[in-house]
Amino acid sequence: MSHKVKLTTLGILAAVLILTYLWINIGSNWSYILPRRGMKILAILLTGSAIALSTIIFQTITLNRILTPSVLGLDTLYLFIQTIVIYLFGSATLTMMNSYTHFLISVGFMILFATLLYKIFFGHEGQNIYFLLLIGLVFGILFNSLSSFMQVLIDPNEFQILQDRMFASFNNINTDLVWISTVCLLLIFVYFLRFYKFLDVLSLGKHPAINLGVRYNFVVKRLLIIVAILISIATALVGPITFLGLLVVNIAYEAFPTYQHRYLIPASILISFIALVGGQLIVERIFTFETTLSVIINFVGGIYFIYLLLKERQA
Amino acid sequence: MIEVRNVSKAYGQKPVLENISVQIPKRKITSLIGPNGAGKSTLLSIMSRLISQDQGTIHIDGQEISQAKNEELAKKISILKQENRTNLRLTIKELVSFGRFPYSQNRLTQEDQQLVDQAIDYMNLTSIQHQYLDQLSGGQKQRAFIAMIIAQDTDYILLDEPLNNLDMKHSVQIMKILQRLVVELGKTICIVIHDINFASCYSDYMIALKDGKVIHEGTTEQIMDSSILRDIYDMDIHIQHIQNHKICVYFS
Repeated sequence: MSHKVKLTTLGILAAVLILTYLWINIGSNWSYILPRRGMKILAILLTGSAIALSTIIFQTITLNRILTPSVLGLDTLYLFIQTIVIYLFGSATLTMMNSYTHFLISVGFMILFATLLYKIFFGHEGQNIYFLLLIGLVFGILFNSLSSFMQVLIDPNEFQILQDRMFASFNNINTDLVWISTVCLLLIFVYFLRFYKFLDVLSLGKHPAINLGVRYNFVVKRLLIIVAILISIATALVGPITFLGLLVVNIAYEAFPTYQHRYLIPASILISFIALVGGQLIVERIFTFETTLSVIINFVGGIYFIYLLLKERQA
Repeated sequence: MIEVRNVSKAYGQKPVLENISVQIPKRKITSLIGPNGAGKSTLLSIMSRLISQDQGTIHIDGQEISQAKNEELAKKISILKQENRTNLRLTIKELVSFGRFPYSQNRLTQEDQQLVDQAIDYMNLTSIQHQYLDQLSGGQKQRAFIAMIIAQDTDYILLDEPLNNLDMKHSVQIMKILQRLVVELGKTICIVIHDINFASCYSDYMIALKDGKVIHEGTTEQIMDSSILRDIYDMDIHIQHIQNHKICVYFS
């Protein structure tokens, strides 16, 4: 099957799932239900594409197919921000807080952190990219430990509220945030198009890329900032969801054995739509909201990875 | 002409290059020779802007490279380092097509396609051009990477130990191709090379580095001299004339 046929198949599958999600059991009250479902679908499309795109970019830069942008420590920072707000001001503040303020605080701090991280890193010439990841990893552990420390101290009822934020969920999405995220992501995507052409060459490695005329530090720095913004917006919108990236991107690599990002990017975005909409359908229709999307996706993803391991072992 | 002016470089506290000034002559094969750790690869990387120097400047055809646009430099000078391990699943042809990136980005024109085919043909890879890199032998892989550099079609070509891990047959093949590039296409080639006899037989000009300094430079005829070589390598090297070539015998 050629890549184009495969892409079309994925596109049709994603479209069918989306339409199923929108119209299933809709009943007579559709004018109320449809916009609400549409909003969820829009949020799913936004996060799905943000996570898939950021993971692909990140893996291309690091030349590594098992890393995810979560090693930058952004989602632990998100949880840390939530914990600190509850710890210092109580859960009432968090639930009463204007959703814009909350969104801007979360996104703002995550982007600020990423920028500082990159500043330290790109200050020295000739640093290995893994050094940056190591710093991110250490900060991630720091945020995690600080969060657990505070979580132990807070009131158990407050912790309940916090726990809701610890898992990605599309069930209570704020409509206003969806619109503002859409605008932000569209802007970022337009900015990303300027660097899109470098991705194939970057996957050859640093020295070949410079040899072929890529301004390596300039381009990589901007791509990493794009990654940080994509992750921050997706996380602030639905909660920590970077685990999804590793799964969908690796399925895309399996299905499309090529280096060309013009196939890899749309493929991984479509696969993430399928995973998220399909997962959400299962959560709503089969488990009737008794489990979360993260659980479903991690379960299916885990099985898929075991399958890949077994297949590789035989080959 | 590539002109290196007063270049110094240190890794941490350790100086690797100290006040180097050399010129790489045009339309010749220049060999950078010297013992391990002399700074040859570092100099090559600095000349091709892969790493930046602490002091000094590099001029290519009179233009300083830190002032030049990277996109334009990629049409003028190309470099191939030793470590070319890519874990991408690429065919030879796809790899060689990357050489046209500086000209057409990812959309290759008819002309680009022709140049890619020519480069593949030049390296005798046409029959295996659709094979994946991970199925190739070390020599075929090396030739594929050189084909990419040929497709890049730059006036200056820098190669870091192009004969690494190759047997005699493939080494000779590659050196002959480099000679053809100079004679037929007017390229300027600079290589880091350890095998002094290959350097002697195929290069026109030699620059010897030791402990981060240029200690000798000159035509192959001048450098291939027992006393100069003793200076460079700290060992007695006998030179025999065999079929118009100066061959070093250094096995004691």
